[in-house]
Amino acid sequence: MTALNVSMSPPASSAVRPVDGLVDRKLALWHLVASLVFLGVALLAGFSFSLQFLQKYPFPGIELLSPGRWRLVHTNGVAYGFLANAFLGCLYWAVPRLTGQPVYSRALSWFIFWAWQAIVGVTAVGLILGHAQALEWGETPTYVDPVAFLGLILVAVNFLTPIFRAKGPMYVTLWYFIAAFVWTPLVYAMGNFLAQYLVGGAAGGAIGGLFIHDLVGLFVTPLGWGLMYYFVPIILKKPMWSHGLSLVGFWGLAFFYPLTGIHHFLYSPIPLFLQHGAVITTIAIEFVVTTVIINFFGTLAGRGDALRTSLPIRWFYTGMVFYFTTCLQCSFQTTLTFQRLIHFTDWVVGHAHLVMFGVFGFWLLGSILYLFPRLIGAKAYYSDALNSWHYWLSALGTLIMFTDLLVAGVVQGNLWRNLAPWEESLIASMPFWLIRSVSGTMIIVGNFMFFWNLYKTWQMTVASRQTQPAMPGTSPMPA
Amino acid sequence: MFESKSGIFLIAGLGFFALSFVVMAVLPWMIYYKEPEQTVAMMAQKGMVPEFADLAERYPEQFKKHFGEVNYKTYAEALQLGHDVYVAEACWHCHSQFVRPVSNEDLRWGPVSHALEYQNTLQRPVLFGTRRVGPDLIREAARRPNDWHVAHFYNPLSVQPTSVMPAYSWFLDEQGYPNKKGMAIITYIQSLGSWLREYPYFEGDGPLGPAAHPEQPYGGKPVPKQVVNAPTEGSRQS
Repeated sequence: MTALNVSMSPPASSAVRPVDGLVDRKLALWHLVASLVFLGVALLAGFSFSLQFLQKYPFPGIELLSPGRWRLVHTNGVAYGFLANAFLGCLYWAVPRLTGQPVYSRALSWFIFWAWQAIVGVTAVGLILGHAQALEWGETPTYVDPVAFLGLILVAVNFLTPIFRAKGPMYVTLWYFIAAFVWTPLVYAMGNFLAQYLVGGAAGGAIGGLFIHDLVGLFVTPLGWGLMYYFVPIILKKPMWSHGLSLVGFWGLAFFYPLTGIHHFLYSPIPLFLQHGAVITTIAIEFVVTTVIINFFGTLAGRGDALRTSLPIRWFYTGMVFYFTTCLQCSFQTTLTFQRLIHFTDWVVGHAHLVMFGVFGFWLLGSILYLFPRLIGAKAYYSDALNSWHYWLSALGTLIMFTDLLVAGVVQGNLWRNLAPWEESLIASMPFWLIRSVSGTMIIVGNFMFFWNLYKTWQMTVASRQTQPAMPGTSPMPA
Repeated sequence: MFESKSGIFLIAGLGFFALSFVVMAVLPWMIYYKEPEQTVAMMAQKGMVPEFADLAERYPEQFKKHFGEVNYKTYAEALQLGHDVYVAEACWHCHSQFVRPVSNEDLRWGPVSHALEYQNTLQRPVLFGTRRVGPDLIREAARRPNDWHVAHFYNPLSVQPTSVMPAYSWFLDEQGYPNKKGMAIITYIQSLGSWLREYPYFEGDGPLGPAAHPEQPYGGKPVPKQVVNAPTEGSRQS
């Protein structure tokens, strides 16, 4: 299992730039820990919700443990608790090192940290108490929305300052980050305020669709790709294969991705010409995505051994294969032909899980795997075997869940179209829902193995530090 | 420009977002903004579903306690509260509220959804829904009696053995009568689709959707010409 050890080599830039003082390791670490805490909560919430589909209700009659409300905790916990925190942790590592500048303010960073945990915590409690807003993925209670919006602006200020202060050409990662910091607050405000207070009905539905999609496309995706453009060349110790393709990928994403929102409500009362437009831009994205994937596999060429020797690289590239899969799937499922059958079915649920966990979850877990020992100054992980189990259980669990829900969706769609009694679709879905719960359990077990491994690694590091206190600046993990 | 900070900030960040906002949000908004958005009070004034009065008849004591009398004001109050409960419990994650013109949905639920049906404050944000674990509800009015709903909320399996819906016992009081929340959500559900000229629609029975009613009126009003409707051609294809 030693072959699975995480690549511990220093990034190429560390020799030339004194970056160590720029990164607030504790802050990055705390964000990552917070993200994993929320991931744990979201996973358990998802599991308890999934039991409902097997007619198992672990907490019958308890209003505050209603599966419907915990479903909201599941999705919002993933979006704002897990993904947002993990991104922030990685940004506090990557942005100062890419710009040679500290973030705008250390005090502000800590304020953001606590404010963000409060926002996510209040959101979770609010959802459980029944204060949800009827906006998919924007269920954050209306009293949280303005605060979260201000928080996102502060985040943008905190990170855009070092980026704009830095001299010289910008690396690809920073293109994505700049765009993400501009887009995220705008998207958040648009969905949560316009659709709630100003625009109702079908037009409001168009905005809601745009919000759901932009949250994935303009907040999660650019930050995710930005981190991939950062971590992959560093771990592989070689530059990206093609700078031109990086440009195509970024500008293609920036142009086409925001233009697809309405594809969430095809055949709805939203005007059909807008639905057609959204279908075309969605298919266009698949071509852009292909260029990005080619670029990353071109970078991997000649270093394929890294898939065996570096676990973060394996997480990253598994995520990229899933990314290509999910985008390819998207370019088909967005067509009106597919929509007739699969809209409203579990097909879409499978798609969402593959995107959010199989792609961005994998990238962030790989990044956390890479960063954690460096942040706490550990020599190695407590157990490489546990890390390996984490990967395999998550990867197989995700693959099984995705395939299972895809097939379930086709079955449901056909039963509905054939006018079978509604109960038939439930009976037919039960076996699929059982497999979904089992595959979900695999993912949960894998991730809790990882949490345990991180805890033991931290414990080990603390113990070794007590026996032989490390000299400042001689951390065994290069910064 | 393509690799400069200002280029990315202004063109990709602000510019492309603004473009998408105009195309994907402002455009549909411009199409519908002249259609007045009805308030709950206006919806209540247009017509009260008999099921609301039925609740008062069946549970006179409880109804008096929770709502008082049967009138348009209390009906509006029940609609609003019912909607809020529907959102709080995330009913809309397992029940959609629109009938598509494809996949025989008009045969199963009734007339295909029209944009104007959503021009009211109870559809802000719109409750189209994203997943159908249970059936669509936009044509649910009067399909089932109030008693059925009470039994169903108390224990869905008692009336629908294959259901996966959890019990919502907090919609009922200690004696098993619907409480304020229960009465409100039943009223809300019984109102969905009650604005159509004819309802309810049953699967394979009664009025069979737009083919039987080519004029497809919206609450008795002809559909304005300038409104771009959802697709209706090919609604018989599967």
